[in-house]
Amino acid sequence: MALSDGHAGRSEHALLQVRPEVAERFAEVHPPLGAVAALAEANRCLYCFDAPCAAACPTHIDVPRFIKKISQDNLRGSALTILDANILGASCARVCPVEVLCEGACVFHRYNQEPIHIGLLQRHAMDAFFQDGAVLPKKSSTEHTGRVACIGAGPASLACAAELRLRGHGVKIFERQELPGGLNTHGVAEYKLRAVDSLREIEMIRALGVEFAFGDEIRGEAALAQLDKDYDVIFIGVGLGEMRRLSISGEQLSDVRNALEFIAGYKTGGNVRVGRRVVVVGAGNTAIDAARAAKRLGAEEVHLLYRRGSRQMAAFEFEYEDAKREGVLFHWHTQPTAIHATESGEGIAAVECRRVKENESGSSAMEFLAGSAFRIPCEMVITAIGQSPLLELLKSLRGVKLEDGRVQVERATGRTANAKYFAGGDCVNGGREVVDAVADGKRAAVAIASVLEKANVRGSHVQS
Amino acid sequence: MSKAKVAPDLSVMFAGKIYSPNPFWLASAPPTNCGEQVMRAFDAGWGGAVWKTLGEPITNVSSRYSSVDWNGQRMMGLNNIELITDRPLDVNLREISEVKKRYPRHAVIVSLMVESKREAWHTIVQQAEDAGADGLELNFGCPHGMSERGMGSAVGQVPEYAEMITAWVKEKARTPVLVKLTPNITDIRTVARAAKRGGADGLSAINTINSITGIDLQTLVPRPNVDGKSSHGGYCGPAVKPIALNMVQQVQSDAESCLPLSGIGGISDWRDAAEFFLLGCGTVQVCTAAMRYGYRIVEDMTDGLANWMAEKGFANIAAFQGLSLANVKEWKNLNLNYKVVARIHEEKCIGCELCYTACWDGAHQCIHLDRVSESGNGHTTPATYEARSRAAIAVTPIPKLDGGMSERVGAEPYATPLARIPRVDESECVGCNLCMLVCPVENCITMERIDIGLPPQSWEQRSALGIPVKVQH
Ligand SMILES: Cc1cc2nc3c(=O)[nH]c(=O)nc-3n(C[C@H](O)[C@H](O)[C@H](O)COP(=O)(O)OP(=O)(O)OC[C@H]3O[C@@H](n4cnc5c(N)ncnc54)[C@H](O)[C@@H]3O)c2cc1C
Ligand SMILES: Cc1cc2nc3c(=O)[nH]c(=O)nc-3n(C[C@H](O)[C@H](O)[C@H](O)COP(=O)(O)O)c2cc1C
Ligand code: SF4
Ligand code: SF4
Repeated sequence: MALSDGHAGRSEHALLQVRPEVAERFAEVHPPLGAVAALAEANRCLYCFDAPCAAACPTHIDVPRFIKKISQDNLRGSALTILDANILGASCARVCPVEVLCEGACVFHRYNQEPIHIGLLQRHAMDAFFQDGAVLPKKSSTEHTGRVACIGAGPASLACAAELRLRGHGVKIFERQELPGGLNTHGVAEYKLRAVDSLREIEMIRALGVEFAFGDEIRGEAALAQLDKDYDVIFIGVGLGEMRRLSISGEQLSDVRNALEFIAGYKTGGNVRVGRRVVVVGAGNTAIDAARAAKRLGAEEVHLLYRRGSRQMAAFEFEYEDAKREGVLFHWHTQPTAIHATESGEGIAAVECRRVKENESGSSAMEFLAGSAFRIPCEMVITAIGQSPLLELLKSLRGVKLEDGRVQVERATGRTANAKYFAGGDCVNGGREVVDAVADGKRAAVAIASVLEKANVRGSHVQS
Repeated sequence: MSKAKVAPDLSVMFAGKIYSPNPFWLASAPPTNCGEQVMRAFDAGWGGAVWKTLGEPITNVSSRYSSVDWNGQRMMGLNNIELITDRPLDVNLREISEVKKRYPRHAVIVSLMVESKREAWHTIVQQAEDAGADGLELNFGCPHGMSERGMGSAVGQVPEYAEMITAWVKEKARTPVLVKLTPNITDIRTVARAAKRGGADGLSAINTINSITGIDLQTLVPRPNVDGKSSHGGYCGPAVKPIALNMVQQVQSDAESCLPLSGIGGISDWRDAAEFFLLGCGTVQVCTAAMRYGYRIVEDMTDGLANWMAEKGFANIAAFQGLSLANVKEWKNLNLNYKVVARIHEEKCIGCELCYTACWDGAHQCIHLDRVSESGNGHTTPATYEARSRAAIAVTPIPKLDGGMSERVGAEPYATPLARIPRVDESECVGCNLCMLVCPVENCITMERIDIGLPPQSWEQRSALGIPVKVQH
């Protein structure tokens, strides 16, 4: 596949080192449907009008339509129906929390209970499409002259860039890392989506003619000014930043890892080291992913600490259930107060914890129970208490307004306070899911295309 | 209805002389190919069997069957290009006598088809009866292969031939003679009348329907594929039941055709069978269902029928045989002043909106989605709703970001959001039944009678009175 940047000729898959033990221990949690099972499942769908499943999908995939096509043996048509709404349909089929999205809205909950397995059917169609060579038809034969830059190669930018290319616009994506995909490649649990499958999907987008620059972090006035000069429109899809710190003593020890590092380490960094006993701090989906990964990598005991109760936990219910089943130990109303080093001073000996007084009022004030201090011996601590926004970068974007560290946009178009800048994904929504980033990216692309096409008619540039 | 005190009696005496412990017979087809099969079938509970058609031995092709699958269900209809028995006549005759010897109380009917010569028919009738047949069935129905040789439906489609051959057989036969009718004819009564004139003691209907079930879209060869070619075959199975019922009704409502009738065509369970009895049949015959699931299906046929008869208070088959015939009228005699409208039972609705789209595109645009939003003017089209949903912004619910757990807010009276429960405009509803038919939930849409304050009046009555009438199609 022809590459259009400095890394010409490089195969992304070759850059990715997946350790054999990862492939083995991170077997898929939702194996694909066989052809007969897919047909039977597709035939179960009622083909609802104005289907609630489609309404609940952030990218509004026409679910009954693609399912009907599976049952009619039109797998290519099915895949194109999916891709028309959601270019990362293959990833989404695997990573979407369908329980709270499409499948959660299926009328079968009120019929005979078991909803249609939309995610698995979507995967069935997408797998067939990729097996067939993943050839996408263009939406327009016109090549426009406008140029768009996307910052970050995560799902938001990828969806934006793909839609723009399909409509005949030139797009280049700037990514600070060596591999594209953002958290879809580096963050999502390997047993849901393998990094290689994320990259395979991006090859399809690259084949449309989207250009990529890797190892190219956009930072500082000069870089932004250059971008501003070279491109008509800029899409910001930078996601969120670093994991928040615990700010307790011992946090500087080398076996205190943040969850993103830890997950990217085993997925794309070739680092599968894990402690025999691991303490994970936090109770969001990321914490759960890290805990389950630690188990798979060989940890015998995985403790998860959360300062509040199970009802306030941010993780999805089904993620919590799965983690319990896999043997993760949950400590509610528990806060780490210090990390103790081993005698040599290098390794970790234990985490010092205290019980937090139960507080259902929702206020964030934390009160420790007297005399509740205890230690959990462990060799590794993984922090997962949320990502902070990329404030430094976002603040340097001229004319772009922020609120609570999130880029402010017009929802339907993704347009920021600066008409030349559009944004979408985690940096706008505060950190939702891949499918939300795709929806944002596509909506922005449609708006950008219409701006560029109008500007083209007038023969002028987009004014910022 | 009063419950019967004793278990209903399923035994029948068909065409005056053929006793059968129950009215379920296997039709002349592969399930009755040989003695070993027929004996196993009797052990399983079948009351009778019509032996696979005897005649001059033939050679069959391979492959022979194809089917119509529908919505993931296999074999809604079955098609075959098989001929009559391919076993030597003497072997069949020997096995018939063996079966009769071992199962004297079961009905063994022997199906016959030979060339249209009086001698040939006399000979085969003699042979079948000597072997112990309780009755004879003349196969005037096979629509493929045999008809090209002047037999089967080639006879069944020409009333004169059918009458002549029936008369030849009657010259010789001592047991009841049934004529098996082909449906591949404009008016099935013409041949039924001919058979009656020829002296037939009973009829069997229907045989298979001419069909091409489908074409392989890779090879472009219709199915079943015989070395790259195919031929039209005979269609049977659940798909043909409505056609068979209609023909049975036609024959049974016509005095010149009416004879004891063995109903055939798509019978798969006791309810199908009950319907054939209600239209006047005395026994029923089954082929496809037995080919698909085996002889064991007869257990529920007898059990289910007996339970229903007990519930209805029918002591035997004769007690309800033909009861529905009086309820089949010509269209011109139906009451034009009877009106029903659709009613949606909100508490059962699951919100699929299939009734809505069916009424808008396939009926009279009188179901609306305006319980919450619209003024009820009925002008919002389906496309408007779809566009609205597509334009709406949906996000993954994340409690942390959305401010607490998203508990359901507002008082929704039903399990399905009110906005998704369709509403019927009863003043516009013509009572066509379509919405009820498409609704996946049982009894969620019912058709309710509306009193329009007029006495019953049929088209015939109305036009006799000279009242200006809207032309109905
Ligand atoms: C551990 C974890 C597990 C998850 N699991 C799931 C899941 O199972 N299902 C699901 O749907 N979602 C999941 N998510 C959420 C999902 O991954 C994100 O919502 C989604 O990836 C957001 O896409 P994005 O494009 O906005 O940002 P990202 O995916 O974060 O991509 C942003 C990209 O921008 C690059 N970038 C940032 N700054 C610069 C710069 N200055 N210059 C150049 N490049 C830059 C980054 O390197 C990155 O590649 C998970 C998230 C995490 C953290
Ligand atoms: C494979 C096959 C072979 C058949 N052979 C005969 C036959 O030899 N003689 C005959 O009268 N009918 C024959 N029939 C027709 C059946 O007896 C029966 O009339 C028809 O299948 C309709 O009943 P069903 O819907 O229960 O299958 C055959 C049907 C099938 C499927
Ligand atoms: S993209 Fe995700 S939410 Fe949308 S239909 Fe597919 S699996 Fe469901
Ligand atoms: S709601 Fe369920 S049954 Fe209805 S179209 Fe969607 S998947 Fe099919």
